[in-house]
Amino acid sequence: MIRVTLPAHLRTLAKVNGEVALDLDGQVTQADILTALESRYPMLAGAIRDHGTLKRRPFIRFFACGEDLSHEPPNAPLPDEVAKGTEPFMVIGAIAGG
Amino acid sequence: MSSVRLLVGTKKGAFILTSDGKREHWDVAGPHFAGWELYHLKGSPADPNRIYASQTSGWFGQQVQRSDDGGKTWIPVGNKFAYDGVPGTHQWYDGTPHPWEFKRVWHIEPSLTDPDTVYAGIEDAALFKSTDAGQNWTELSGLRKHDTGKHWQPGAGGMGLHTIILDPTNHQRMYIAISAAGTFRTEDGGETWKPINKGLVSNFMPDPTAEVGHCVHHVCMHPKKPDTLFMQKHWDVMRTDNAGDQWVEVSGNLPTDFGFVIDVHAHEPETVYVVPIKSDGEHFPLDGALKVFRSKTGGNEWEPMTKGLPQQNCFVNVLRDAMSVDQLDECGVYFGTTGGQVYASNDAGDSWKAIVHDLPAVLSVEAQTLP
Repeated sequence: MIRVTLPAHLRTLAKVNGEVALDLDGQVTQADILTALESRYPMLAGAIRDHGTLKRRPFIRFFACGEDLSHEPPNAPLPDEVAKGTEPFMVIGAIAGG
Repeated sequence: MSSVRLLVGTKKGAFILTSDGKREHWDVAGPHFAGWELYHLKGSPADPNRIYASQTSGWFGQQVQRSDDGGKTWIPVGNKFAYDGVPGTHQWYDGTPHPWEFKRVWHIEPSLTDPDTVYAGIEDAALFKSTDAGQNWTELSGLRKHDTGKHWQPGAGGMGLHTIILDPTNHQRMYIAISAAGTFRTEDGGETWKPINKGLVSNFMPDPTAEVGHCVHHVCMHPKKPDTLFMQKHWDVMRTDNAGDQWVEVSGNLPTDFGFVIDVHAHEPETVYVVPIKSDGEHFPLDGALKVFRSKTGGNEWEPMTKGLPQQNCFVNVLRDAMSVDQLDECGVYFGTTGGQVYASNDAGDSWKAIVHDLPAVLSVEAQTLP
């Protein structure tokens, strides 16, 4: 089971409280998680990555195990702790403004 | 007894204001979609409880929300706005080619007759249509693929398609306006388009009377006179009486003819409202005094409406989609400001009252008249 945390605005949009649990087995990638997430919550399609190009939106970041994984290839394997569900895959809204 | 519902989009959420037909006391609900920019909300004329909303965010992109119960509850619907084919390029600010890129929905226009059909005007400028209540969107690409499309340039606020007007007497005819391309008309339901900018003069352009490139801020129409349109251009207030084939300036005695909003009285097709703004460099009322100007002669002769409006130290702006009228016998007129006030007049503009004072900056106001 994969654990995913979303920023507050996306939790409100998807009408979820707390973490999202996704049933994905074995080695997982960013792309696997986002595809499963968008499948269960269609309103999140386009909110994290572009509909067409599937590129991460500029003010979105991905973290896990204390590491910034935002610039990792979408199909690169994520850490075992994420795959085992001991650590969450974190979708973060970048701190931006002024 | 009839009532009025105002749909107010702001920089940080949507608010719904309701009142009975006297329009003296207002209830305020919201914010809906707190923290998001609500560029525009509009109800279906065919089913007023069907409301569509454009919800956007620099972080999380575009959402379209739909309510089927007058704004009490909402469901996110389709948010995929894919240009038809390979989009190509338009001109960037410096004149170089720039790829067409979807940024946000500026304006939503429900069909006059079918609650499930709705149009969306987007940035970068294109027109989309949904016939399944917002679930799926298809570009009416004849507009963007017009021969002039590759020459369109963004205005300072982006290249948004911000005005969509449906002709109630001819369902094949629509008008749209784009900053800064100008105004266009279709006679075949959106398949083909004609620029209708003859008579506009924009001195910032190399050719001030070019076919396209004009920074049209807003256009309005009275449904009983669909060949007559009124326009607030970057500078100049204009009118046409032949569906846009020729425009004439009607700024007349306005103290400044820069502005964003323009609207027409619900029952008097020659009564028009504007809010003059000092200049393109100073987006606030002249001398810090907020004045709505009303013409009962279709332009040229304007009178200031100031009763109830701040006449000193007022430095707000009124954005292009932030004025609306209701349909009650004594026409109500409403506008919102970037200072977060929504002003209402229940006597066709003679007097005004701030019905809310401290909302986030107001982006749009739409009035619904309910039975």
